[in-house]
Amino acid sequence: MIEIKGLSKTFQTADGKVEALSDINLTIEDGDIYGIIGMSGAGKSTLVRCINMLERPTEGTVIIDGTDMTKLSAKQLREKRRSITMIFQQFNLLMQRNCLKNICFPMELEGVKKSEAKKRAKELLEIVGLPDKALSYPAQLSGGQQQRIAIARALATNPKVLLCDEATSALDPNTTHSILELIRDINKKLGITVVVITHQMSVVEDICRSVAILDQGKVVEQGRVSDIFANPQSHAAKKLVFPSGGESVILKKEGERRMRIVFNGSSTASTPLIAQMAAEHGIYANILGASTRSINEQAFGNMLISIKDENSNFDKAMAYLQAQDGIIVEEVTDNGQ
Amino acid sequence: MGSKLFSAEAFQLAWEVLKTQIPLAIWETFYMTVLSTALAIVIGLPLGVLLVVGDKNGILPLPKPIMSVLNVIINLLRSVPFLILMIMVFPLSRAIVGTTVGTKAVIVPLVIAAFPFVARLVEGSLREVNPNIIEAAQSMGATPFQIICKVMLPESVPSLISNATIAITTILGYSAMSGIIGGGGLGMIAINYGYYRYKYLTMVVAVILLVIMVQIFQSVGTYLATKSDKRLKK
Repeated sequence: MIEIKGLSKTFQTADGKVEALSDINLTIEDGDIYGIIGMSGAGKSTLVRCINMLERPTEGTVIIDGTDMTKLSAKQLREKRRSITMIFQQFNLLMQRNCLKNICFPMELEGVKKSEAKKRAKELLEIVGLPDKALSYPAQLSGGQQQRIAIARALATNPKVLLCDEATSALDPNTTHSILELIRDINKKLGITVVVITHQMSVVEDICRSVAILDQGKVVEQGRVSDIFANPQSHAAKKLVFPSGGESVILKKEGERRMRIVFNGSSTASTPLIAQMAAEHGIYANILGASTRSINEQAFGNMLISIKDENSNFDKAMAYLQAQDGIIVEEVTDNGQ
Repeated sequence: MGSKLFSAEAFQLAWEVLKTQIPLAIWETFYMTVLSTALAIVIGLPLGVLLVVGDKNGILPLPKPIMSVLNVIINLLRSVPFLILMIMVFPLSRAIVGTTVGTKAVIVPLVIAAFPFVARLVEGSLREVNPNIIEAAQSMGATPFQIICKVMLPESVPSLISNATIAITTILGYSAMSGIIGGGGLGMIAINYGYYRYKYLTMVVAVILLVIMVQIFQSVGTYLATKSDKRLKK
């Protein structure tokens, strides 16, 4: 278990102090795939580096399986880092070593016998699906392949935690998907806790079970991914869940109000809600946008509608929809706020 | 005065020198250059490493006074003109080699002039190493010493070879200059015949041979640097 308590990080720059993180409190359960999402500059990378002390927190503690990371000596920390490995956006392979030797690298640091390291590296190449690339150099591989080698390298020391720092941000959508699949597989088979840092909502949707949303150095929302998708509370979360969700695209007309309906697929499959509302109550809604996404194999839909606000139609519609099961309705004011 | 460049007499002398003195001179130049470069690397490489890792953002930050002293010494030695430096280190040459003239004696000032230069070149090479790769090694629990030996140096091998080539060609130039104070080699021939005795053709021959040596060093260095760079493998 990873417990982050009251963590803050302040950087001293030429222009004065910059608070990158303030009072972060998170608990990451063993075996979870935990997403930390935020826009660029939200402090995600700093946060993940505070977990393995590549960045020293200014305040607060990080406790991993009962060990307070902030209190370890340099030597103890180096030892501990072998069980908390990391993959990166730019893969960060050693460019002058072939793939096999790259995977052997962390074992070499540990002093594992060469023949043993080689054997383990070959097994890992199998796991990541690149058994024929042992003697290739990183420059000869595609981005996705390089990341697979980096994953193999990260697994070499049998870690308990895998930190992924924007691990798929430099990859195309198809490759991203296959890398995420690999990470999910590893999580399932080896029971490794995975922390995923990303700015892409699709990555969180794809593999994370829990998520924390980071905005300007603060955690503004955290919980199960399905809950947050169904009902995002904070401005930052809404922005991520409903990126440019219609409201900013189509200008609002005079005398019109908008609402967002979020529902899980099963609850509305049997009832044509909008049509029923028109037929039974004579309220005609204009659909501005709608989409369905699958989160952890559960379907979530969201719809943005606008209703002319005459004869308190809007409030009636709100009341009608709120009475339905498994639906969350809220008014949308300016730009998704 | 036999100052005509292409007189029969000039040809004869040049030929005579070429036959009798040049083979040894080439060897002396080669020997001075390679040995001085090797010794300069032995001293300069660790210093270059120190300059990078001891930096305040380096992997093993050293106290600021130490770094300042190191930088001052290197800059100081680099700013003394080689001709002056050669004369200044006479006592040291005498202490180490027992004499101040000849090929061996000149190696002392050559090394002293070259190691600060090599240290700066090494510093440049190591600073080119992608800091993200160093961070990755840290995240895997590498010690600073492991990062130096297994990441920084191996990752910068192509650049280090390129810079070693620059160093060796520069030192070759210095070694020729040492002909003035009695260092041997092609430089001495060029100075003795060309400058003191106005035998320009002989001087030109010595200079051409120096040029050829530089060319050879440079070609071999470029070849090795390219060949060692695994980033260029396709």
